[in-house]
Amino acid sequence: MAEDVLILGNKRFSSRLFTGTGKFASKTLIAPMLAASGSQMITVALRRVDPTADQGNILAHIPETVTLLPNTSGARTADEAVRIARIARAAGCGDFIKIEVITDMQYLMPDNHETLKACRILAKEGFVVLPYVMPDITVTQQLYDAGAAAVMPLGSPIGSNRGLEMRAMIQRIIEVSKLPVVVDAGIGRPSQAAEAMEMGADAVLVNTAIATSEDPCLAGKAFSLAVMAGRMAFLASLAGTRKGATASSPLTGFLRE
Amino acid sequence: MPFTDLVKEFETFAFKDYFEAVRPGDVQKTLDRVDARTPLGRQDLLTLLSPAAKNFMEVMAQKAQQITRQYFGRTIGLYAPLYISDFCSNHCTYCGFNTSTGFKRTQLSLEEIEREASAIFAMGIRHILVLTGEAPDKTPLSYLTAAMKILKKYFPSIGLEMFPMDEDAYAALTAAGADSLTVYQEVYDRKIYGEVHPRGRKADYEYRLLTPERGARAGFRAVNIGTLFGLGDPMGEAFIAGVHAKYLEQAFPHVEVSLSLPRMTKAAGGIAPKNLLSDKGFVQCMLAWRLFMPRLGITISTRESAPFRDRLVHLGATRFSAGSRTDVGGYVVHTQDTTVQFEVTDTRSVEAVTRMIQESGYQPVFKDWEMF
Repeated sequence: MAEDVLILGNKRFSSRLFTGTGKFASKTLIAPMLAASGSQMITVALRRVDPTADQGNILAHIPETVTLLPNTSGARTADEAVRIARIARAAGCGDFIKIEVITDMQYLMPDNHETLKACRILAKEGFVVLPYVMPDITVTQQLYDAGAAAVMPLGSPIGSNRGLEMRAMIQRIIEVSKLPVVVDAGIGRPSQAAEAMEMGADAVLVNTAIATSEDPCLAGKAFSLAVMAGRMAFLASLAGTRKGATASSPLTGFLRE
Repeated sequence: MPFTDLVKEFETFAFKDYFEAVRPGDVQKTLDRVDARTPLGRQDLLTLLSPAAKNFMEVMAQKAQQITRQYFGRTIGLYAPLYISDFCSNHCTYCGFNTSTGFKRTQLSLEEIEREASAIFAMGIRHILVLTGEAPDKTPLSYLTAAMKILKKYFPSIGLEMFPMDEDAYAALTAAGADSLTVYQEVYDRKIYGEVHPRGRKADYEYRLLTPERGARAGFRAVNIGTLFGLGDPMGEAFIAGVHAKYLEQAFPHVEVSLSLPRMTKAAGGIAPKNLLSDKGFVQCMLAWRLFMPRLGITISTRESAPFRDRLVHLGATRFSAGSRTDVGGYVVHTQDTTVQFEVTDTRSVEAVTRMIQESGYQPVFKDWEMF
């Protein structure tokens, strides 16, 4: 099999499992989890970063080899998200930014409209923008036009561990998106991560299920293997894994008008 | 429906009869709904607060722990209170700050507030809760907003537990840097409310009842409510408090809603608690609330003892105060000679509470908010 990498911004990712820093029993579990899972990108809420704390500073627990994906959790408008992104970059967190604009604290549902507005601004400023959205093909196209680096539709509400309740919508996004599709939120089991990858997702982001497990290292490894298995199944075009149109037409491509 | 109407609906409700009629089978049905991830209704909350549910506490606890870990992770947020004034014109019969209790009142100057802030910051605390008595002539809006500006230099999150204000005053305080509002109804039972708040500003039951809504509209991103256990019937009060929290969560989806469970302790000059809530009853309320509202914040103060708080880490609590002083200037400015609002039972330092949380397999979270 040829080398299979995901390119976002100017970075190449051989691991298609993205992880998060929240909800761990101890921040000291984060680095071993990253090592065990091989995850090369981890998201961190800027509002939880405390530069005045030493070991308490979450950034001190993330190895330099892992790409930091600061997120705008806490933002309720595009303006707030933009401000948080700029502060993250100024604080040395790099150019990657996950836009989260949430106005529903019960289910943590994203506001696609404000997210798109923030994406337009941040992409122009050179950020590698990964927007967290409700699965919507129109918004996916608009995010592409706005210069997003990927689209991150939710599988089900954040932290719910319900898996791909948005399966049909995500399937359609995978079929039409010109952007890499990273399924974010709601993935509670490795089998669900594998399912997303089999469907053709380019990556998945898993936090709650790993962080709140009894053994985050083991759980991280399990998710990593599941993501690889799902990806291989997709690449192998297992019967039924490709639901959308394929790019070429091996049987009828010779026909001309 | 406005919350005032909702409360009226329950004023004629025979809680005692209802609670006693709940059978074990009813509790099981509610717990089955939890397993099926069906959102619980008000009737389920009543069921979980009933005597029959006491035989299901272990299974309720296990479900509550699992749900809390799922939504909040293995974390406990930490904060400390800062009392800036104990001047008070209220007549609450149960409170140590009651206007008729004869003690020397204190109010911190802005310079003293900064010294206290600096000391609390040095303890590692980043989220602060600022408290006053109810004496708006002593603590006018200009004083409070000036205090916010000083505190903002030290703390990324500032909560207020003061006196009910109108929306404009709250908007001025959020603009000055406050982001969360704590206000307890004290007692939802209107008759008892009238008895324990006989005169003055606080005698207006409905103005207080609608305070969290005014706060939510004025821009607070988090609202913490509660009932003071020891005044009304505990389980009836716990029910209305839960319904109130749910109402706020539905009416203001952008607001994080939390509940506290303050239990009366004997304060100087105050009446003794009437309806004591046992430890078991306390835990039953917490568990019932958690199953009723998976994303509800549950705040536990240092009114509770160290050994009890150690257990609550596992039972759905999300926020602890630590290293608390409940007298004005109690951290560094005045070290004696002031009156406490309530006696702190868990007197451990922030470091000791941090260690306990870590040893319990949880992460103490000092900072989880900042408005950039």
